[in-house]
Amino acid sequence: MSAAPAYSEDKGGSAGPGEPEYGHDPASGGIFSSDYKRHDDLKEMLDTNKDSLKLEAMKRIVAMIARGKNASDLFPAVVKNVACKNIEVKKLVYVYLVRYAEEQQDLALLSISTFQRGLKDPNQLIRASALRVLSSIRVPIIVPIMMLAIKEAASDMSPYVRKTAAHAIPKLYSLDSDQKDQLIEVIEKLLADKTTLVAGSVVMAFEEVCPERIDLIHKNYRKLCNLLIDVEEWGQVVIISMLTRYARTQFLSPTQNESLLEENAEKAFYGSEEDEAKGAGSEETAAAALPARKPYVMDPDHRLLLRNTKPLLQSRSAAVVMAVAQLYFHLAPKAEVGVIAKALVRLLRSHSEVQYVVLQNVATMSIKRRGMFEPYLKSFYIRSTDPTQIKILKLEVLTNLANETNIPTVLREFQTYIRSMDKDFVAATIQAIGRCATNIGRVRDTCLNGLVQLLSNRDELVVAESVVVIKKLLQMQPAQHGEIIKHLAKLTDNIQVPMARASILWLIGEYCEHVPRIAPDVLRKMAKSFTAEEDIVKLQVINLAAKLYLTNSKQTKLLTQYVLSLAKYDQNYDIRDRARFTRQLIVPSEQGGALSRHAKKLFLAPKPAPVLESSFKDRDHFQLGSLSHLLNAKATGYQELPDWPEEAPDPSVRNVEEEDLSLIETHVGLLGEYTEVPEWTKCSNREKRKEKEKPFYSDSEGESGPTESADSDPESESESDSKSSSESGSGESSSESDNEDQDEDEEKGRGSESEQSEEDDKRKTKKKVPEGKGEASSSDEGSDSSSSSSESEMTSESEEEQLEPASWRRKTPPSSKSAPATKEISLLDLEDFTPPSVQPVSPPAIVSTSLAADLEGLTLTDSTLVPSLLSPVSGIGRQELLHRVAGEGLAVDYTFSRQPFSGDPHMVSVHIHFSNSSDTPIKGLHVGTPKLPAGISIQEFPEIESLAPGESATAVMGINFCDSTQAANFQLCTQTRQFYVSIQPPVGELMAPVFMSENEFKKEQGKLMGMNEITEKLMLPDTCRSDHIVVQKVTATANLGRVPCGTSDEYRFAGRTLTGGSLVLLTLDARPAGAAQLTVNSEKMVIGTMLVKDVIQALTQ
Amino acid sequence: MIHSLFLINSSGDIFLEKHWKSVVSRSVCDYFFEAQERATEAENVPPVIPTPHHYLLSVYRHKIFFVAVIQTEVPPLFVIEFLHRVVDTFQDYFGVCSEPVIKDNVVVVYEVLEEMLDNGFPLATESNILKELIKPPTILRTVVNTITGSTNVGDQLPTGQLSVVPWRRTGVKYTNNEAYFDVIEEIDAIIDKSGSTITAEIQGVIDSCVKLTGMPDLTLSFMNPRLLDDVSFHPCVRFKRWESERILSFIPPDGNFRLLSYHVSAQNLVAIPVYVKHNISFRDSSSLGRFEITVGPKQTMGKTIEGVTVTSQMPKGVLNMSLTPSQGTHTFDPVTKMLSWDVGKINPQKLPSLKGTMSLQAGASKPDENPTINLQFKIQQLAISGLKVNRLDMYGEKYKPFKGIKYMTKAGKFQVRT
Repeated sequence: MSAAPAYSEDKGGSAGPGEPEYGHDPASGGIFSSDYKRHDDLKEMLDTNKDSLKLEAMKRIVAMIARGKNASDLFPAVVKNVACKNIEVKKLVYVYLVRYAEEQQDLALLSISTFQRGLKDPNQLIRASALRVLSSIRVPIIVPIMMLAIKEAASDMSPYVRKTAAHAIPKLYSLDSDQKDQLIEVIEKLLADKTTLVAGSVVMAFEEVCPERIDLIHKNYRKLCNLLIDVEEWGQVVIISMLTRYARTQFLSPTQNESLLEENAEKAFYGSEEDEAKGAGSEETAAAALPARKPYVMDPDHRLLLRNTKPLLQSRSAAVVMAVAQLYFHLAPKAEVGVIAKALVRLLRSHSEVQYVVLQNVATMSIKRRGMFEPYLKSFYIRSTDPTQIKILKLEVLTNLANETNIPTVLREFQTYIRSMDKDFVAATIQAIGRCATNIGRVRDTCLNGLVQLLSNRDELVVAESVVVIKKLLQMQPAQHGEIIKHLAKLTDNIQVPMARASILWLIGEYCEHVPRIAPDVLRKMAKSFTAEEDIVKLQVINLAAKLYLTNSKQTKLLTQYVLSLAKYDQNYDIRDRARFTRQLIVPSEQGGALSRHAKKLFLAPKPAPVLESSFKDRDHFQLGSLSHLLNAKATGYQELPDWPEEAPDPSVRNVEEEDLSLIETHVGLLGEYTEVPEWTKCSNREKRKEKEKPFYSDSEGESGPTESADSDPESESESDSKSSSESGSGESSSESDNEDQDEDEEKGRGSESEQSEEDDKRKTKKKVPEGKGEASSSDEGSDSSSSSSESEMTSESEEEQLEPASWRRKTPPSSKSAPATKEISLLDLEDFTPPSVQPVSPPAIVSTSLAADLEGLTLTDSTLVPSLLSPVSGIGRQELLHRVAGEGLAVDYTFSRQPFSGDPHMVSVHIHFSNSSDTPIKGLHVGTPKLPAGISIQEFPEIESLAPGESATAVMGINFCDSTQAANFQLCTQTRQFYVSIQPPVGELMAPVFMSENEFKKEQGKLMGMNEITEKLMLPDTCRSDHIVVQKVTATANLGRVPCGTSDEYRFAGRTLTGGSLVLLTLDARPAGAAQLTVNSEKMVIGTMLVKDVIQALTQ
Repeated sequence: MIHSLFLINSSGDIFLEKHWKSVVSRSVCDYFFEAQERATEAENVPPVIPTPHHYLLSVYRHKIFFVAVIQTEVPPLFVIEFLHRVVDTFQDYFGVCSEPVIKDNVVVVYEVLEEMLDNGFPLATESNILKELIKPPTILRTVVNTITGSTNVGDQLPTGQLSVVPWRRTGVKYTNNEAYFDVIEEIDAIIDKSGSTITAEIQGVIDSCVKLTGMPDLTLSFMNPRLLDDVSFHPCVRFKRWESERILSFIPPDGNFRLLSYHVSAQNLVAIPVYVKHNISFRDSSSLGRFEITVGPKQTMGKTIEGVTVTSQMPKGVLNMSLTPSQGTHTFDPVTKMLSWDVGKINPQKLPSLKGTMSLQAGASKPDENPTINLQFKIQQLAISGLKVNRLDMYGEKYKPFKGIKYMTKAGKFQVRT
């Protein structure tokens, strides 16, 4: 032992194959000194300047770790090399660090700064790897640093870094669960990510941190469904299993209509008139009626999930196939579940571990849905080379699948199995035959005869198992089988297996009237050998004695007493107890006569035949494919699969904002055939109501897609019908093809990188078009004619809304507010200001709305001023809060007015515009119980009492976002309805302009170097090289004030965050030929990074 | 998700451990050893073993147990699939996956494992990406490394991870551009005593070796795609295209990969290319048994059957066998009672046979079961289902690649009951 480790260590990384020792104690005896020395040697190597020596040393250390040896004493020497230039050394140091940091927390902190530097690296892969290692170091002190890094990475431009951020979330959560709330915010943000790279990882984080926050999924549900096919395999598994749970809470059970179907069929039989009358009535009362009465129509989102997961049954990954299979099993209507059988059977060709898991699940499924696997019966036939555990599972499935028609073939198979050499398997086969016999009455006698024949088998185990099964079968019809009982009685001489002996004794006791002559004799024999029997047999001997005493006391009285006295002195207390109890019962004594009168009833009561059931019977209350299902016990962290809701929750929560839709639309549009299909995704609500009016059988149509069923007028229906027939419908018809187009489109996207990027560009440009159309004043940065277009937009809008104009002036009022503080300097420097941006500062007081309107008109005429002055407006034009479809006629938009909120200077004031496009007045509009993340607070607007049809109104509310870009979620309530809405501020709205001199700016900038400085290079397109366009674009993106500047090619802006009041300084250094460098200095690094991102986007588009 | 991984050899030694979260003591494997003992045979160790605080999920391949430790609910197939992917990766890296090889390359193994999982969640599992990150060791590179001190870790960053085709590495260059496709079909069958087929199905795969420069976009079409009853694809295959046109369209990964696996259903009558005549009998009175098997060709479409091996697990009562083969060699292991006969090629004129006697344990009663016979064989240039590739086209690149398609039929789980 002592020599061995020394030998192997000398060999270092290439440990010999025959190495004998493991996990020895390094501090034992003489080994200690040599160990120490050797580590000295390694330390020396690590301290040299030669990379090759370092590498050699690191390799040896990693080899030690791999073998589970302790190398923690090298920590200081290794950590020094964390910044080594050589990549492999660096990687190995990371491996070491992650392994031992937990044990050497103080020393581990030395390495943190390296990673912090890495987080700022221009290369996305280095940023990602820095974050990965940083978050893997399990040292509680660095939790705040990790939190910051994660938040920052979550808004990184690179999807790969964002993916890494998603991975880091569970790491941090396991280190410090107090961070949950903040992490949920990050998760929420990442869930909104549209790249496939991030989707899987963030859902995994969601499942680990906050699986109960199902509300976070609503908005992302459709996106996840659509992305699913392109997500990598591991992500697919996680997403599918999460969506299964989600669907169970949000949709109605698709099987509920099946019971209804039967019911209705019956009704139709009795008379159609009655039915019709009922049908007419039900339409009126539909809303109030019981949910069960409503004809079931599948939610289009439910359908979307089923449709988008189906292709994944073709995945090469068994885990994905299983995930889809369980989704279908739990969510699909009965008629559609069948599709999974083929794929599951395919998995049976895979490795035996995969088979094991799949068979367990098939066994559970085959109990509920036997028909599904019946065509594949032969695929479950057993080969002699299968491992025993697989054989037994296959047997289970075969037994479940056996029915009247296939039982002959199944039994023939079983017959060959009984001759197998694998005795455990044979025993299981006999059990299976027993189950077939109980389930299928027709073959009961055949089975029984077969089993009786087995009683003469040479193998005792086989015989014993047969006896046990025969006993169960006989209980069902004992009268006809006296012969078999006699045969069994003879076996007591030979069979030694206790369970079998016990079974025989019980049988004889129970049916002693069928074998009146043999029974006492058996008891005699058993009494003789009583002391040598196993406990279980002894108990049955007592039992037999008692029963015989009651029926035939003349012959057996003495025998019984003999047995009871033997039992009285038995070693086992169970047996002693039983003996005492039995004696009291059957032997009448003076005192306890009451019970013994009923002894016969107690002992010889007719007993119900046992039901032979599969051990998989009730396993489906666990989610299939889960660990808990496999173990048939709740595993840690298992999320219950919820029951279907009685009534479907509001489907409109899944409606997404315009932007996402436009993406989908362009997606379709790319193929050149713009179809209205994606429309359904947003107006499911309306459809839903229409669909509900349809008769229940529309479900079969519903399968072919929600668009068809959306229109209930016969014309369009016939149209869609013809459409579906014209398209060679291979089970999936017309409306699906639209979606296919879309998918194909994505497929194309994968085609090649160049193609992809090209398409991306197209998408981006296209995206803007519908946006511009849909909303009056959406962002049109990048369009040359912005000034004129925004002008016209503004005029039209200012007519519409009274309060609106005030927001156009938002640039001025904040300045007036912050101006007094920095008054002197700013006033002094006013001369230096370039005209466009500074002029508006002059109006000092908050202008009344009417005045603002007047001013509006004035400024509009001033063409040179317009762009820079008013651009902020177009930058953050109206955002939709509630679409009129989702809001059932109530449309709500919001704008950031950039005015200081009167109640609280820390609040961002938000103008909310309501318009009622329904034909009934909307009453009592107010904000209901907001559910806000920590720190965020809302100043509600006063209740709007009534909004007549066609009318609009505006209200102002203040939100303190606490210097974060998390969305403020709240409810918008009317008298009848509640809508969940959320306002997410662009980072640029979280600040107010500050005015300062150039010197002051430089001074402040000097204080905010290092970590607080974020620099990014960019190319300014030709369209925005002129001064005022640059200024306009920056101020449009962020609510910042311009700082005068000596050089012409530099632009400076300053502002303070509203809540924290931290300075945000932005410098844009434009160089010739469009190259430029953007620098943001801010204590709030998150805000800084996001700001850089936003500004660059604004400038380069 | 996956907490730790232990590699255990058949003699029960833990020779490698890797932790992705906090360290789990290797004593957790004691539960595994317990289960292993109970199971007697390696294949019978349950793949999932619950312990008080952890769950052990294991996979047994190449005489090594790969035991993953998990703590919370996770789909078991997720872990099992991943473990198999690990084994495949090792095989891909080192040619074989065995204990000595893993021990020799422990650093590379460790680096690969580090990249494959992040905090227990799979990160990079495509071998194309991994090979870009960590170069597989070759003899040449080992020599160069020792001389120059350069490393196995790739200098360039894994850009593949960021691309839209994550399975293909970027900047591939070859002087000879070639694409080979092997259509390999395996027949799974159970033949009963009388020679009639109880169940037979064909499982096929298309294994590809594509060495093409740049970003080629390939399409592969079949003469008779309707044959394919159930298919599963490599992620590179565009599913919609297959659905609509029954054409395989894909940007291939670089190197070897499995493009497609398919199933030809049992409904289509499967041609069984061989038959086995057998006469195995034990007599109650004597301690000798007779043994005779003959293998012959049946429906081979005029092709020769090669590489035939016959194996059979004899009953425990058989002490020894004295047999003479008409061709090939045979062995009988008296300990495991395994008979194997390496037949080779079948000559239809002179059928190979194996005849002789079995000596049984004296006094023991005759075994009540007959052994099943497992058959292995190969037929070159034939896909037994009749599947034929129609054409292969390449788009996106200018050069003309060399294309090759090979067909082969093999026995899968081919069993004859006697």
